[in-house]
Amino acid sequence: MSDSGSILTLALSLVLSGDAELWSIIGLSLRVSLTAVLLACLIGLPLGAVLSVARFRGRGAVAALLNAFMGLPPVVVGLAVYLVLSRSGPLGVFGLLYTPAAMIIAQTILVTPLIAALARQSLADLHGEYDELFRSLGLSATEKVSALIWDGRYSLSTAALAGFGRAIAEVGAVIIVGGNIEHVTRVMTTTIALETSKGNLALAMALGIILILLALIVNAAVMALNRTARRLAYA
Amino acid sequence: MLKPPEEHATVYSGGDSLFPLEVSGLAFSDRGRNLVDNVSLTLDGRSRTVILGPNGAGKSLLMRLLHGLLQPTAGTILWGGRPLDAAVRARQAMVFQRPTLLRRSAEENLRFVLGHLPRTARDARITELLADAKLTDIRTMPARLLSGGEQQRLAIARARAADPDVLFLDEPSASLDPASTHAIEELIRAIHAEGTKIILVTHDLGQARRLADDVVFVSRGRIMEHQPAADFFLNQRSDAARAYIEGRLDIGTVDQS
Ligand SMILES: Nc1ncnc2c1ncn2[C@@H]1O[C@H](COP(=O)(O)OP(=O)(O)OP(=O)(O)O)[C@@H](O)[C@H]1O
Ligand SMILES: [Mg+2]
Repeated sequence: MSDSGSILTLALSLVLSGDAELWSIIGLSLRVSLTAVLLACLIGLPLGAVLSVARFRGRGAVAALLNAFMGLPPVVVGLAVYLVLSRSGPLGVFGLLYTPAAMIIAQTILVTPLIAALARQSLADLHGEYDELFRSLGLSATEKVSALIWDGRYSLSTAALAGFGRAIAEVGAVIIVGGNIEHVTRVMTTTIALETSKGNLALAMALGIILILLALIVNAAVMALNRTARRLAYA
Repeated sequence: MLKPPEEHATVYSGGDSLFPLEVSGLAFSDRGRNLVDNVSLTLDGRSRTVILGPNGAGKSLLMRLLHGLLQPTAGTILWGGRPLDAAVRARQAMVFQRPTLLRRSAEENLRFVLGHLPRTARDARITELLADAKLTDIRTMPARLLSGGEQQRLAIARARAADPDVLFLDEPSASLDPASTHAIEELIRAIHAEGTKIILVTHDLGQARRLADDVVFVSRGRIMEHQPAADFFLNQRSDAARAYIEGRLDIGTVDQS
């Protein structure tokens, strides 16, 4: 009991003291996950928007596939990216395995379906509302998609935050393709896994606290976005 | 009597006008119901045409068909001899029964349809459109927070922005108070004065009397009559129209057929 109490005290003092190692791990985590979410948005938002507008055969199948991919197990994504990036894999020549770039690729793949599926859902509702107006105005597909993305920006930001929440908290993919190399590819979740198994609970718990804080911040941001959108009647 | 369509088209091929509008044998059916049934109609480009008819008669459907938002199951629609394509539709605008406003400010709703203009011309046009619609004060308000009357005026201003040859209005003053209704009628008159053909659906008989040059009466998906307004209000030729004008409970919807 007093043991876990003292671990917590140590963890808090680590967080507050601005421990260099701790902050470099946090920094890498944020860099990897934010970059992955940015890339996932660049792919997923237009993809979701196009799927919400386009009328083609098999559209329902693509939507179902996206929804299924939304729940991809991170370890499976990690394994697939590992196979592609490993020295004998198709992209092996680039030597990306065990670098932050590999982790960014894995998290992008993990998060893109989530962002695309959420975007498709909310933009499909919006498109249902705008459809006749858009057709009356004779808009091109590109004009429709960009108008939907702009008018749906609050719910799309929420989708991006959900993607960030998933990326920053996952272990399976980054540990496989990153390898958890100290000072190179060690991020918060992989460090927690490693340090806990080594018995270094203070550092693990310090990172756990940061992760929880980040989750709270993401949630608060989602709530603030929704509130603003409602107030402006943009939701 | 009936000319083949190609020959028909050549008659007008020189002109640029969308008129006359010639509709023949137009039909739209869904799940075995003939919602628009063998409609034939000719409209000129100058008058304000008012479409009357009971709820569910097919008035909104007819406007959608004429604007090309729905594909007819049968029949032809020729605008000045041309089939209804994107180029024809680009010269038309529609204000829907439920106003569809973008989740943007009032002025952004107008800017959205004026993308082709250079910036200064666009801003000037927005200012002018808002002033005419008496919306200057709420220029930056989110469109969806506007009152019903303001939303309708904004929807009309936006439809007007592109300077259409034809403006379809589907019950633009339903559930508005007399002052708002008056403001909308003034706006419609102004747009008509600019040379835009008006095709208006309304249940407000006072409004129909004030605005209509000619009246099309629709019942159960069919056109029962098309007369100059003065004649129509004096003497309805069809029982359905007489029942509607006298406010008798009716018979006019499609579904009993
Ligand atoms: N897109 C559609 N597909 C199939 N049926 C439709 C469609 N739109 C409307 N209908 C049906 O067609 C009938 C006529 O509808 P419409 O909206 O044209 O009536 P309306 O004359 O405009 O009535 P109101 O005065 O109540 O607006 C209704 O029974 C409606 O359910
Ligand atoms: Mg209607």
